[in-house]
Amino acid sequence: MNWTWFHKLASPPHAYRIAARLLPWFGWPAGALIAAGLYGGLVLAPADYQQGDAFRIVYVHAPSAWLSMFVYATMAVAAAIGLVWRIKLAHAVAAASAPIGASFTFLALATGAIWGKPMWGTWWVWDARLTSELILLFLYTGVMALRASIDDRDRADRAAAVLALVGVVNLPIIHYSVYWWNTLHQPATLTKIGKPSMAGDMLWPLLVMMLGFTLYYAAILLIRLRAEILRRERDAGWLTTELAR
Amino acid sequence: MERTGIFSAACLAFRRDLLLAFRHWGQVAQPLVFFAIVATLFPLALGPQLAELREIAGGTLWVAALLASLLGVELLFRADHADGTLEQMMISGQPLAMLVLAKGFAHWTVCGLPLVLLAPLVAAGLGAPPAANCTVMLSLALGTGILSALGAIGSALTLGLRRGSLLLGLLVLPLAMPALIFGARAIDLAIHGDSARGPLLLLSAMLVLCVTLAPPAAAAALRISAE
Amino acid sequence: MNDVLDMGRYGAFVWPCFALAAIVLAWNVVAARRLHAAARQHALRRAAEEAAP
Repeated sequence: MNWTWFHKLASPPHAYRIAARLLPWFGWPAGALIAAGLYGGLVLAPADYQQGDAFRIVYVHAPSAWLSMFVYATMAVAAAIGLVWRIKLAHAVAAASAPIGASFTFLALATGAIWGKPMWGTWWVWDARLTSELILLFLYTGVMALRASIDDRDRADRAAAVLALVGVVNLPIIHYSVYWWNTLHQPATLTKIGKPSMAGDMLWPLLVMMLGFTLYYAAILLIRLRAEILRRERDAGWLTTELAR
Repeated sequence: MERTGIFSAACLAFRRDLLLAFRHWGQVAQPLVFFAIVATLFPLALGPQLAELREIAGGTLWVAALLASLLGVELLFRADHADGTLEQMMISGQPLAMLVLAKGFAHWTVCGLPLVLLAPLVAAGLGAPPAANCTVMLSLALGTGILSALGAIGSALTLGLRRGSLLLGLLVLPLAMPALIFGARAIDLAIHGDSARGPLLLLSAMLVLCVTLAPPAAAAALRISAE
Repeated sequence: MNDVLDMGRYGAFVWPCFALAAIVLAWNVVAARRLHAAARQHALRRAAEEAAP
């Protein structure tokens, strides 16, 4: 098997071009899926028996919570690759991902709080899942702050990578918190194998939104990655020829 | 010439740090005083009713211990980094993680242990019954150990940075939050006369996790920061 | 239409959530593109300086 295509991904000029080519393949489907999911969730899905129309918030809350964890996991994997194999591009991916993940963690917390008010009667409760999601936001800001405080790019990348990996412990805590503790937040709906505990016509918009959000993250990551590559490769020769295209 | 064994090297690092700490015991006493001051802030701010203070005693003790530990943990690598000893440790051929473990243990002996011994006094000031003292000390002993470990990672990452202390807090406090939750809960349970076994066991598990994984992480961070 | 806006009395909660989501989604796109454009400008300027100092 010829692995050249894989090795070439670590080369910044190649990655810069590939990112541009891939972008529409993630961007447009993301837009379409999110539009379809919104229509399915807001218009087509029937109102919930217990929560009425308020349950529709799940169509932005659950995908953003999913992204908040998925992006962190991606960031951690990229950080590990950068540390172990010393691939600069991996660090660029981690750097590009952090602000995206932080924004979705914020969105998850905010939509969760707004949903909590009519459902639980309170904007906030310090239960295990909400608290660990808040800790996740702090972890993101910590990684971003650390990277910003170190002038030497190499040291900044590697320090932020170590921190990201140390914080990865939080992810299983967030996910399993609803099983390990009696929390107010409801347990997982989707990861039950075979029979998710959500009705079909409520479920498909949710799955569509999850996929849409994930593709959206990939698209934004590609844009930010291109910006990162430009910043990092400022003095490289290939830049002038590339930008002149 | 015989190579120094890992254990001997670790003991050397431990004894050296203890010796240095005792020479500057003023520096070492600062986190302790800070602990007492922060704990005092709460009765002043919230009112002197012991019954009310008792309800928040667990949390207050832990927050004060957290902040005091943060203050103290900067001493871990700063002096060695400044005078070049850290570089010597890194090129010495000894496993850096073991040296970090030894230094961390020395740091806990000098910063964490006195805090644990002072805690019952402070707890009494917050209205905690003497029966809870055992749990208070155990909870804070485990907790300050965890904080020393996490603090080692944090101070290794922020070595030599301007405004590193603020950044250190930003990095270490979120990591310490789970320990804070269980540690404070343990003390609260003990104050109300219930068994604190559950949270204490969880805290012990966290300590074991931190003591095993933090030294290698801190060693990696040191190499990154000091190169 | 009123039904949709009302969301069974929950309108005041549901719509702000979706508005927030729209803002976050929009912000990500705008911020990423601005970052890229700025980096591009910077790189082009540097390349011009290198060529004709």
